[in-house]
Amino acid sequence: MKPAPFEYQAPDSLDAALEVLARHGGDAKVLAGGQSLIPVLNFRLAQPALLVDLNKLAELSFIRRGEDGGLRIGAMTRHRSLERDPLVREAAPLLAETVPWIAHPQIRNRGTAGGSLAHADPAAELPAIAVALRARFLLRKAGGERWVTAADFFQGLFTTALEPEELLVEIALPPRPERTGWSFQEIARRHGDYATVGVAAQVTLEEDGRDDGRCREARLVYLSVGQTPVEARAAAALLAGTDLGPEAIRAAAETASRDEMDPTGDVHATPEFKRHLARVLTGRALRSAAERARAGRS
Amino acid sequence: MSGMYDVSVTVNGERHQRTVEPRLLLSDFLRHDLGLTGTHVGCEHGVCGACTVLFDGEPVRSCILLAVQADGHAVTTVEGLAPGPEQLHPLQEAFWECHGLQCGFCTPGFLMTLVPFLEENPDPSELEIRQALSGNLCRCTGYQHIVDSVLLAAAKGKEAK
Repeated sequence: MKPAPFEYQAPDSLDAALEVLARHGGDAKVLAGGQSLIPVLNFRLAQPALLVDLNKLAELSFIRRGEDGGLRIGAMTRHRSLERDPLVREAAPLLAETVPWIAHPQIRNRGTAGGSLAHADPAAELPAIAVALRARFLLRKAGGERWVTAADFFQGLFTTALEPEELLVEIALPPRPERTGWSFQEIARRHGDYATVGVAAQVTLEEDGRDDGRCREARLVYLSVGQTPVEARAAAALLAGTDLGPEAIRAAAETASRDEMDPTGDVHATPEFKRHLARVLTGRALRSAAERARAGRS
Repeated sequence: MSGMYDVSVTVNGERHQRTVEPRLLLSDFLRHDLGLTGTHVGCEHGVCGACTVLFDGEPVRSCILLAVQADGHAVTTVEGLAPGPEQLHPLQEAFWECHGLQCGFCTPGFLMTLVPFLEENPDPSELEIRQALSGNLCRCTGYQHIVDSVLLAAAKGKEAK
């Protein structure tokens, strides 16, 4: 047997799951898709007393339009469903473009949106996308719930705002602004492996803009360059009011990669190389996002 | 010591009932409890893809799934691919023809990944094939003959229609 022994419960309603967590929170681990948790158990890096399996909670698996025109995603929605759903492509094209970058097909068939977010791996794609799209997460516990923004949710390496008795149950994405372009870029050693560096870019043009309309707001969020998703706010601010031309893009890429990230090196990439990749990918992402925004394929 | 759980899993169309510890991996359940050793275990932490099986028709890694999670579900292993003892699945035949394997250790995982891929995408490009098999490691072939096998199976599938 690879994992150390544990007790197992698979509640068949959300309320029942929250009751179990209220009783055992500190000693329990929540099993969603298991694509990160079970490897950790196999290595015995974690030895929880109890595994609370959410896979019977069909009520947490949904993708639907929110009342505000945005997108609502249940925490147990699998990556594969996000990848295939036409509503995701329409309401959150940045998310749709990114999902095929999440690991390999076998992993996407099991892994869940909520699981990836709650795991908070800084090399994972979904946390960065959630920050870039200004997502909010619904955290629920027995007898209470609260909404937390993605920016407040990710607190450190594998560390989130979740309390032991809380579950992330739903993800809310705001409606997509008009005249907005997006792009996700990533470098990995092999398609589907953890990113060496990745970046999500979104740019919104002035609404009364002509075809060369100026940039009203830009967002740049990186993965694999820090302890959490890293948003480059100064670089994004440099882009506001510009024509998103080569000079503006170069300046933003320079600022983001030099001043706004602190990547640690690993066996595949030194910190300097990661900064270099971040600079190059920022340029690609901004050019692609600007082009989409101008083309009105928003 | 943890409690024991009754599970009922349909594997290759046949229902199996066993009592298992919750920490038993699906890969070990298939190999040790059911004797279906066609599912291979390589890394046992979800990297190499050798243990890929179909779970309700979709490829998953059986080394990072618990046997208790398969309760009430349908699993297909490489043993369930061929239509009969004297026949091969068309993709197996293409692997055989194109030399898509050498030692064969990774082959069950490749087959179980690529059979549903071809069903969903019967006329794939080489790039799509390479992305589809990116979650499976092969240390012998350099992948070229595996890609050739998939292209051949796709071409033959088109002919048959």
